[in-house]
Amino acid sequence: MAKMDEVQLRLLKEVADLHDVPEGAYNLRANGESVGRNTTANIDIQTKTDVSGIDIRIKDGTKKESVHIPVVLSESGLKETVYNDFYIGEDCDVLIVAGCGIDNCGTQDSEHDGIHRFFIGKNSRIRYVEKHYGSGEGTGKRILDPRTEVYMEEGSTMEMEMVQIKGVDSTNRTTVAELKADAKLLVSERLMTHGEQQAVSAYKVTLDGSGSSADVVSRSVARDNSFQKLDLCVLGNAACTGHTECDSIIMDNGRILAVPALEANCVDAALVHEAAIGKIAGEQLIKLMTLGLTEAEAEEQIINGFLK
Amino acid sequence: MLELKNIRFDADTDGKNVEIIKDISLHIDNNKFVVITGPNGGGKSTLAKIIAGIVKPTSGSILLDGEDITDKSITERAQMGIGFAFQQPVRFKGLTVYDLLRIASGKTLSISDACQYLSEVGLCAKDYIKREVNASLSGGELKRIEIATVLARNVKLAVFDEPEAGIDLWSFRNLTRIFENMRRSELTRTILVISHQERILNIADEIIVLSDGTVSRHGTKDEIMPELIGSGVAQTACPKIEEGSGENG
Repeated sequence: MAKMDEVQLRLLKEVADLHDVPEGAYNLRANGESVGRNTTANIDIQTKTDVSGIDIRIKDGTKKESVHIPVVLSESGLKETVYNDFYIGEDCDVLIVAGCGIDNCGTQDSEHDGIHRFFIGKNSRIRYVEKHYGSGEGTGKRILDPRTEVYMEEGSTMEMEMVQIKGVDSTNRTTVAELKADAKLLVSERLMTHGEQQAVSAYKVTLDGSGSSADVVSRSVARDNSFQKLDLCVLGNAACTGHTECDSIIMDNGRILAVPALEANCVDAALVHEAAIGKIAGEQLIKLMTLGLTEAEAEEQIINGFLK
Repeated sequence: MLELKNIRFDADTDGKNVEIIKDISLHIDNNKFVVITGPNGGGKSTLAKIIAGIVKPTSGSILLDGEDITDKSITERAQMGIGFAFQQPVRFKGLTVYDLLRIASGKTLSISDACQYLSEVGLCAKDYIKREVNASLSGGELKRIEIATVLARNVKLAVFDEPEAGIDLWSFRNLTRIFENMRRSELTRTILVISHQERILNIADEIIVLSDGTVSRHGTKDEIMPELIGSGVAQTACPKIEEGSGENG
């Protein structure tokens, strides 16, 4: 594997909890180039020939294996769009860890747009973790515009954990999912914006199959002068259940626009949406202050817990 | 020792100045179990909040072990050893029972320590430690967790604001036992409970009756209790259940 510098290793730790080369299959991308790859008997990774990106193929019946595909950018002014396609066989149980860390110390904007497509085979179970992180003192913006598409066959399950807690100046993320019969999608999104950051997160989940279900839960915090738009849409085209929850804390001059949308096209579709936006309740701060915390410490504990 | 000197508290209600607490002076000695009771609207909860620093008195002063704490913040008072259990415990999305106990203890809390505090309030740590302190918990469970957060702090003065409010009778009987255990505990701490309940009044060393913003009576349980029975101030949880509870209540 090509050697990574200190900044890149730090970014890698933030986005993938990796201190070293991961176990199992992986593809590490740094400043636009693949710097390390490993495949296993069941998981193959191939570089695409038409566009930038990789194809990840997971054989039928692959269980208890993982794929790590983190991306780090430490060069100011780098802009890239990467297409990663996951072809997952039937009856698999696999962990996929993606994520992007950008460190921008320069004056030019750095941008990584990852387009991820998942084709999940029958009865397979995937846990997908995606973390986004930005750092660096430069005036150049750190921009991430990911698009995630999930196509789920019958009886498959996808658990998605999408986290963006710090340092990304602008993000416009889109997640679309289409579910066949008895497929199950669970999404947990955690988002925190600060400074002048702007974040847009849109979900469109289509429940096409009978017995399919989706639970999309977004918890977010907007601090300082940041702005978030959360757009959660679920369509029920069959006897299905869908639940979306959008729970947000606003602080300082933070602003949040929550746009819930449900569309039922079948009489047996049961869809529920919950949304709440508000500041931290005064009584929560007081309670923690009676336990000996200062107001600032109380605020931190409440936010940490909320985004945990 | 907790000392209140000429505490007054005025509130602005619909543009009118209302005296909630008129002029209260009190001494509460160390290691006593004191119950403050009295009719609704008599200023009991306000007084409890004034002691914890949640409400600032209009005038007067508060001393803890001789030190004037009138201008100290909630945090400073907590750090000096004042604990406060809310009448309506606060819910938190995301914070777990363990998180609250860890924050309360002010240190890295082992699971066995957390288990100890929870068992003191009759909850099994295994079932609760990872639970979020959110709307999924019942009123009685929240109340007990609230009390556990005070126990975890090892305070000099623990103030409980109407612990019986908002819980069912079954939980109330267990709650009474928690206070009885606290009373018997060897820990040196002063316990101040705001309560209407006869069962809690019966545990007290001293009873203070607050009505219309003033202290109308202050004495030992034996002095005060006979005056309260049948006055409507000392309430039984439920006459029917009290009759039948006997030795197991």
